[in-house]
This record gives sequence, structure tokens and C-alpha cells, in this order.
Amino acid sequence: MTTVIDVQGVSKNFKIHHERNQSLKERLLHPRAGTTEVFHALKGVNFSVSQGETVGIIGHNGSGKSTLLKCICGVLKPTTGEISLRGSLAALLELGAGFQTELSGRDNVYLYGAMLGFSKKMVDGIFDDVVAFSEIEQFIDTQVKFYSSGMYVRLAFAVAVNVDPDILVVDEVLAVGDERFQAKCVERIRQFKEEGRTILLVTHNADQVRALCDRAIVLNTGDMIADGPTQESLRIFREHLLEDAVEHDSARLSETIKIDTVTSPTGSFEVRSGSALHLDVNVHAKSAYSGNFVMEIFTRGGLLVSRSDAQGSPVNLTPGHNVIGIDLAQLPLLDGLYDLNVGIVDHHGHTVIAWSEQAATIQVTYDGREAGIVELGATIRQQ
Amino acid sequence: MSDAPSAEPRRRSLEDTPVRVVSARATLPARLKNLWSRRELLLGLISSDIRIKYKNSALGIFWSMLSPAFTLGVYYMVFSFFLKNGIPNFVIYLFSGLVVWNMFQNAINSATPVIVDRAALVKKVSFPREILALSNVGAATVYFVVQLVILIIFVAALRHAPAWHFMLILPISFLSLFLFTSALAVVMSAVNVYLRDTKHLMEVLLQLWFWLTPVVYSYENSIAPHLHRHGLSLLYFLNPVTLIVVTFQRVFYVSTVVHSTVNAAVILNILPTWSFSKFLYLNLLLFALSMVFFLVAEAIFGRLEGNFESEL
Repeated sequence: MTTVIDVQGVSKNFKIHHERNQSLKERLLHPRAGTTEVFHALKGVNFSVSQGETVGIIGHNGSGKSTLLKCICGVLKPTTGEISLRGSLAALLELGAGFQTELSGRDNVYLYGAMLGFSKKMVDGIFDDVVAFSEIEQFIDTQVKFYSSGMYVRLAFAVAVNVDPDILVVDEVLAVGDERFQAKCVERIRQFKEEGRTILLVTHNADQVRALCDRAIVLNTGDMIADGPTQESLRIFREHLLEDAVEHDSARLSETIKIDTVTSPTGSFEVRSGSALHLDVNVHAKSAYSGNFVMEIFTRGGLLVSRSDAQGSPVNLTPGHNVIGIDLAQLPLLDGLYDLNVGIVDHHGHTVIAWSEQAATIQVTYDGREAGIVELGATIRQQ
Repeated sequence: MSDAPSAEPRRRSLEDTPVRVVSARATLPARLKNLWSRRELLLGLISSDIRIKYKNSALGIFWSMLSPAFTLGVYYMVFSFFLKNGIPNFVIYLFSGLVVWNMFQNAINSATPVIVDRAALVKKVSFPREILALSNVGAATVYFVVQLVILIIFVAALRHAPAWHFMLILPISFLSLFLFTSALAVVMSAVNVYLRDTKHLMEVLLQLWFWLTPVVYSYENSIAPHLHRHGLSLLYFLNPVTLIVVTFQRVFYVSTVVHSTVNAAVILNILPTWSFSKFLYLNLLLFALSMVFFLVAEAIFGRLEGNFESEL
């Protein structure tokens, strides 16, 4: 496959001014006032993306993921290194930044198209699609300053996804509009994926990455710490979150609690659909801790089937070996492999104390007539 | 593009598409090539600039003629009736210089703060940033063309024959004006990001610059003898706008030496008595220098733009 994005040794430094002295008077009077500090937002990042891949870039705030994306889009120039791109690129960064509020929606569609690098003729061809997608037909000739914020963003999104880009870059913008429009956006991104376009998705939402991406890159304070299949990268991402938590609150959390294994009393993780499953989570604690227990079940496709916790009754860990039982009375899942993640979080659910990604894989066998993920037990008859 | 959910997978391979490189410093030819490839955006920005400027005003684009007309009227009144400079057909002399000056001043004043004003855009969307400054020069050029057309109508209405044989120099002179203005606009818009006083400084500087340019007075008739005595004539012509203004005046006003309207016995030197070939030579020289200045401006801009995001 052709490489469409090639990032070679990209670093980006920002100068941070602690005292802004931008007027001439200030500069003349205090030429050396204020200090500048160099902030390394990206430290020699290398990776390449082939045509048709959907790659997620994850990392928490300040990890450099947005900086990397802006470099790829050409909004920022890397301090060192270079990025080679093939094909047209549309970026969904801060939607509507290019809008001129005094102009009508129609004029802005053309202007925004031109900013993204598409010709007037091309925009002519997709204009009706853009308007239909944005759902603001009756306001298209209204000045944009009278638009609601939702309309504004919808129009920008509609332009960006309809201009037929080879590479689509998405930065945490899927939180726009109402739920129905969000679903439409995700649907469009899926369609892009099916059409074999290259997509780069930046988010700190692990679920979104799991649902859309084949591959994920994890950034941590400017370093790339993982680049591989989504599941694998997410595991590293979660572990890093834990390590960071340990660093920040070392007194309480330093390796005091560890999830060892998940075992089944029967010794088997195979279960028939509809029957009960009991699992034991073996936790080793160095000191007593009281918190909440969380479990997640995912399909192999990365779809979250269920996330549940101890529901207000805390787990009280005592020093030494602890066993936490999970009872699934009637597993309503259909045929397939399901991954189990388990973890212990604090009472508020803010801090992850211990986490085990893919702690167990459950194989469900089912011989009924239903297909999909969940058994509804539907009966169909004519009345 | 196909909108159906069942869209065929795209078979187009990107194997043969050219590679674009984002790196710390683009070479000058790469910058110019990139700039040229985004000309459509430039045109879009020019037209949106013009539309926004006159949006919601009853007279619309007519203001681009009315306000220079008013300036012209004021200067004409002051210099013909109160100060009595004695230049016959002064309105044509004045108009031909003002057309040039208005474009220069408009462009520089609007382009200098443009990158700071549109910081939100600069930080979010990728395009050659100097296009913002150039779009203001473009808009000023549109107003210039409008005013030039009026000047031509004016000259025709007054049955004042222009210097036809000098017409040939006019396009060269205009191109020099366009290139010089673009270059200065590009540099100033970048400098203003680092030193926000630039905007105010340029406004003041342009007022001084206006009086250093022979628009409302005649250079030959006023300061030329004084400068000539000290061998400083060249100094005055270091101002590139001067040559362009004088060329426009030579074409539209024509006469170099006239009888004063105040006292017919007095003979006034209005314009330099250079030959056609000297005008052509000087304009070609200015064109070449403006071209070089534009390339230098692009290079300077490329240097300065690297740190925009930490200054905006």
C-alpha cells in the first residue's frame, strides 16, 4: 500500500513568554524583561500511515496529539523533521474557524472550500450535498452571524466531509451538534473508511478509537510510546495512565494493589449462551484499600457490550490476597469471543488504582437462531 | 462524490500523486509555487473582503469612489483657491497622483494588522499566511481600477488629451506599484505580529510618506531646486512611489512646463522633462527592484511565520 502520511523525526518546540512585552515602549524600556521558556510539545515522532488505514492518536491533555495533528495539516511547521503527504487533505480542526460571519452560508461554503484547498468548480459540484448534510437549507443565504452555534458547526463539518478528501483528519470534533447529528458524523466517517480513505482520528476517548480504528498511536508528553493494533495500544495507554497516577500520588498508590489473574472455578472460560458464569478476580494488596470495582466486556470488534461496577457497595481490600467474585447469572450474549477488562477505581471513579486490560477472554457458544451480540429471546408471530 | 451509503470502495491509488512536504523551512521557490497554487483562495478572499467592507451600507461599492472623490475635492479647493499654487488643470494633476497613492495607502493600512486580526484563522487553517496580506492588496487594486476608470472618464470629459506615447509605460509602472505594495504589505503584516506598534507606526509613517510624494504639490516646482543645489535629487526619488506617481502624472497631466494661472508671465516646471526612454528605463529599473523586494519579502515572511503561533 502507498504511504500517504510519513512523519519523520518531527519535533515541535514552543516558546512560552512569561511576560508579554509586545509594545515598542515596553521593548525599548525593558529589552530583557520577561523570560522565555522552551516547551517541547513533540520529541522526535516517527510513523507512517498507508492509504486506507484508520489510525487513532490517543493521549491525554498536553500529550502533544493536537500539535502533531496541526503539523500534519500544515497549520504548524515542525521545528525539526518533516512530514510528507500524498493526496488532498481535509481537517476537521476547530470547525468553522475560517468562517466570515458577515457573509452568507453560501459564500462561506465556497470560501471554506477554498481554504481547504478545493476549487470553486469542485465546490459547485458538491454544494447541494453540503447543504443537505448540514440540514440548514432555509438559512443558506442568511449571514452566518445569525446562525446558532450548532448550525455553524454543522455547516463546517458538512463542507469538510463532502469535499472528497483523500485524507481526513478529525480532532475531537465528534462532540458537535445533537446526538442525531453526531451519529450522522460517525456514520460518515465509517463510510469514508469503507471507501478506503485514510483517516486520522485524534481523541482521548478510548471507546471511539476502539470503535473506528484499526491501529492506534499513543503519545505521552511529546513522546510516541506505542504504535500498533488498537487493543495493544489501548492497553499501553491505560497502563501509562496508571503509571502517571502512581507518580502523582505515590504515597498511596505505589504498587500497593495489583490485579493478578482472573480465574474460573470450573477452569474454563467457555460458556453456553444463557447459562451462568462465575469468575474470580485475584487481587494482591500491600495495604488495606476501599474502593469501587469496575468490569467491562467488549466484543472482538471493539464494541463495548457492558460496563458495570460494584454499585455503591465498596470492595474492601485487606493486605495480602483478595478474591473478588463476578457473577453473571444469565449471560445473554451470542456466539463469539468477548474480552473482559477489570479494574479498581477510587470511590468517585476519578482515579484508576489498578487495571487489567483483556484480563480474560470469554468464549460464548450459542446454537439458537439469533445473530449479533445479544440474545433478546424474541418470538415473532402474526396476530 | 457519491453520497450513497453503498459507495464503491475508492480504487484510486495515490501512488502517482505528488508528495507535499511540511517542514521547518520551505525554500523560496516552494513558497512561491504553493502561493500560486492557492490563487483561487486569494481571489475568494479579495471578493469577500470587498463584500464585507460595503455590506449593509446603502451605497455599497460607491463608497470606494465617493470617499476618494471627497478627498480630491478638498485638496482641489485648498490648493487652487486658498493656497493658489497656480497649476492649470490642477484637478487632473491631483487625481492622477491620488489614484496611485490611495491604492498604496489603502493596501498598507489594511494589510499591516491583518494577521493579528485573523489570528483565529491563522492558528486553525492551513494556507500560505501571506495570502491574507495579499488579499488586502488585491482589494485595494480593485478600488484602484475603479478610480482609474473614473480618472479616464474625467480626462475624456475635460477633453484633456493624455500623452498617448507614454501609455506604454503605464502597465510597467502599475506592476511596480503592485509588487512594491505587496512586498511591503507582506513584510509589515508579519512584523506586526511581533511588534504590535507597527500598525500605528505605519499609519503615522504613511502620512509623512504622503507629503514626501508629489501628489498635491509639484516636486519640480517646489523642492527640486533646493535639493538640486545640494546634489540630493536622487534622495527624493529613492521613494519608489514618487516615480510611479510622476509617471501617472506624465501620462494623464502631460504638460511638463506650464504658465501659472495666477500670473501668466510666470512659468512653472511641473514634471521632470525626461524623455520617453528615460521614463521607460527608470520604470523598468523600479520594476526589477520591486520584483527583488517581493522575493526578499517572501523570504522574510517565511522566516517570521515560523513563530506566529506562539506570538498570536
